[in-house]
Amino acid sequence: MDIVQDAITWLNDPLNWTGPDGVLSLAAAHVRVTLLAVLLAAVVAMPAGVWLGHRRRGGTLGVVVANTTRALPTLALLTLFASAGLFGNTATVLACAVFAVPPLLTNTVTGVGGVDRDVVDAARGLGMSGARRLWSVELPLSVPLVAAGVRTAVVQVLATVPLAALVGGRSLGSIVVTGFGTQRYGQVLAGGVLVAALCLVAEGLLALAQRAVSPRGLQPAPARSSRRPTPVAATADSGSD
Amino acid sequence: MLLADAPPNPWFSWQYVTNNSADIRSALGQHTSLTLQAVAIALVVALPLAALAHARPRLAAPVVGTAGVLYTVPSLALFALLAPWTGIGRTTVLIGLVAYALLVLVRNILVGLQGVDPAVTDAARGMGYGRGRMLWQVELPQALPSIVAGVRVATVSTVALVTVGVVVGYGGLGQLMFRGFRSDYHAEIMTATVLCLVLALVCDVVIVLVGRWLTPWSRSTRMLADSEV
Repeated sequence: MDIVQDAITWLNDPLNWTGPDGVLSLAAAHVRVTLLAVLLAAVVAMPAGVWLGHRRRGGTLGVVVANTTRALPTLALLTLFASAGLFGNTATVLACAVFAVPPLLTNTVTGVGGVDRDVVDAARGLGMSGARRLWSVELPLSVPLVAAGVRTAVVQVLATVPLAALVGGRSLGSIVVTGFGTQRYGQVLAGGVLVAALCLVAEGLLALAQRAVSPRGLQPAPARSSRRPTPVAATADSGSD
Repeated sequence: MLLADAPPNPWFSWQYVTNNSADIRSALGQHTSLTLQAVAIALVVALPLAALAHARPRLAAPVVGTAGVLYTVPSLALFALLAPWTGIGRTTVLIGLVAYALLVLVRNILVGLQGVDPAVTDAARGMGYGRGRMLWQVELPQALPSIVAGVRVATVSTVALVTVGVVVGYGGLGQLMFRGFRSDYHAEIMTATVLCLVLALVCDVVIVLVGRWLTPWSRSTRMLADSEV
């Protein structure tokens, strides 16, 4: 097919890869914006999530935040920020950070708050103070869920950043948007492949990273009896006691 | 801040709404019809897929996995991948929307089907229920709360996602947002945003009500809190 041919030609042109608007530089900008946005969101969401989880509160708050931002279109926030006077990547970072908050917040709250009550009671029985319980019991046990939240947030923001190309942000999405604007569908296809590849690779790498940071005792062992599943499963469908 | 001597460019303007009501109404109509159609198609596709994955557990991982990969591909990239074949316009947007709604629906239906109390299915089997009747009369009704929760999430996120269709010229209210951004018309962006949120809210409430009507045996407020996937 013609367009596929065009896309392959586009991808094989070294000039499309180097230079200030080349694939490499755009990909770097893409990743940079993503990391900034997730970092910004984490600074806000994680302390709040840890506190709410430790106090065993805020379950509904998380759901409300998640549902509201789900209904709010990314494009709306981007255009709002962009035309409010924040140009380029500032608007992108802020808008994406807003969308990274819900996964981080809900996962931190459920991660810390969902730690088995018996374990926390045992820690209390050992004489641990609230802060010590949080630091050496609840936080380590919540790592898998928090890591899952980070992974969701990063992949989601990676997927959102391309949209910012519509309002002037620089990312791999620029290739697609420029392609649509100039009706070069080979370039559109090439850009789409690049964006999709970036997200899928990131998802795969982060899945590995998530497994690596989870404490060994919490990693799902395939051949063990179902009495001690990971906290993920335990909170998802609270089993019978 | 340039607000001092710039011409007024308010974020909220009723005058904009009255002057452009036909325009807004057509964008809203396009948005609504795309959303409803996408969710309906996704539901029709997801039900047999999930039932199949439930009946043959070995297929569950590939089915959910494929839907997951589709879901990971960003919307802009998906539209870019589809546009060369399906052209610029409604079909492209619709296919993209269905693909995204599919994952949420398949996963929720599957979770619902797997969560049916084994005692119930055992009882039904003891009464002589076959596979099909079991699925239709026992398992699906039992899974309804989970299915309704999935439809809610899918619908609300589809409402938001339609706006991305602007890249292929078919973004419903996104069209207004983008035009407003291009011409720096604040009221146009804000009106479209508010309408999006209202549309999502209305759809959500309607689905909750339909869900209650479908499951008269579980009159609880539980469903309101269960929407998290």
